Amino acid sequence: MHTETTTIQNMSPTHPHRNAPTSVWDLFLSFNWLSLQGFGGVLGIIQRELVEKKKWLTHKEFIEDWAVAQILPGPNVINLSIMIGERHFGGRGAVAALAGMLLGPLVLVLLLSTLFAQVADLPMAQGALRGMSAAAAGLIMAAGLKLMTALKKNIMGITACALLTSATFIAVALLHQPLIRVLLGLGGLACLWTYRRILLLNKSNTHTEQQIAHHLNDHSPHQDAP
Amino acid sequence: MNISLNWYDWLGLFGHFLSLSLMAIGGAVTTIPDMHRFLVVDQHWLTEAQFASSIALAQTSPGPNTLYIALFGWNVGLNAGGYGQAMLGMTLSMLGALLPSMLLTYYATRWCRSNRDQIGVRVFMQGMAPIVVALLLSIGWLLSTASNQQGQDIHNWPLWLLTAVTAVLAWKTKTHSLWMLIAGAILGAFISL
Repeated sequence: MHTETTTIQNMSPTHPHRNAPTSVWDLFLSFNWLSLQGFGGVLGIIQRELVEKKKWLTHKEFIEDWAVAQILPGPNVINLSIMIGERHFGGRGAVAALAGMLLGPLVLVLLLSTLFAQVADLPMAQGALRGMSAAAAGLIMAAGLKLMTALKKNIMGITACALLTSATFIAVALLHQPLIRVLLGLGGLACLWTYRRILLLNKSNTHTEQQIAHHLNDHSPHQDAP
Repeated sequence: MNISLNWYDWLGLFGHFLSLSLMAIGGAVTTIPDMHRFLVVDQHWLTEAQFASSIALAQTSPGPNTLYIALFGWNVGLNAGGYGQAMLGMTLSMLGALLPSMLLTYYATRWCRSNRDQIGVRVFMQGMAPIVVALLLSIGWLLSTASNQQGQDIHNWPLWLLTAVTAVLAWKTKTHSLWMLIAGAILGAFISL
């Protein structure tokens, strides 16, 4: 737990050791490379490449960015690439990341589609496509499972997080509720609860501003010590 | 399948994707039912098989899954004539589906960044975290169910198992996703026999 905290610390936005893309071109190539690796969805790969390998983002930042990407209309990974690109090189960065994300894969998917059209009637080809879809679904779930570790530090506490996560899963996956309803309902509830927790922490004497800042920003002073 | 499209139809294609762009909260996945109604049921511009395989191909090939929108437009164009029209269809679909949401994201991101320390923004970021994690798990679940429903019932359990094993492998090991997808393709091909 302690090592995890320090790792996240070293990558926090205000910390000098956090990595960043060196140029717009670097941004384009990195996104193109991760996008081309993203068989069965790019989300898992973004998390692996940009958070775990390149360390452009922490787990926590990734979740935050994804929350915004998720709540805004449009494809989430496209939104995410615009957000990350914009952060580093403004408008040029957003365009570079987006172009990297789309260009290579677009050419590839058109090629695949043309090839598949030749064999589309074979049961084996259809079976192979189904098998790949099933594996792709597993990859996306794995990304979710990995991000659960970041919830340990959430201000709401582990129990509330577990309850909210289960409720959301039941509503979306099992009851097929429209997303907008879930985001407004359960998301709204979660935000209210977070707000209440902050107010409580503010009131109690045992918690200082810094400790609240620790929960909210993960770069409080006492944690910067090695 | 052969269809003919006039300029008014192309405009309609562009307009349909344009109108869905800002409704795609939670990703373009949520607008798939609407696209199906428009392209397959109402306009007959795509066959059921073309619609389904566009989604499956985009999902399994590298890149954002959203590329199925490009494939929808591409296939509509192919049905209407040739590769020139396919390019046109693809461009119109992607532009329509992405342009409004991209602009919104760009400006919302700038706003969020300059207001990063405001309590409301922080509350939102913290509060949404468990919801976001659950949504990832749910999308995986829904995609897995969707791919299984295409098969016959008796063949379902190996696909479920495949999803579960892939999830655990990708979660706990550093196995490259390409190997898992190749394994999925091979197993899927044999299950279908």
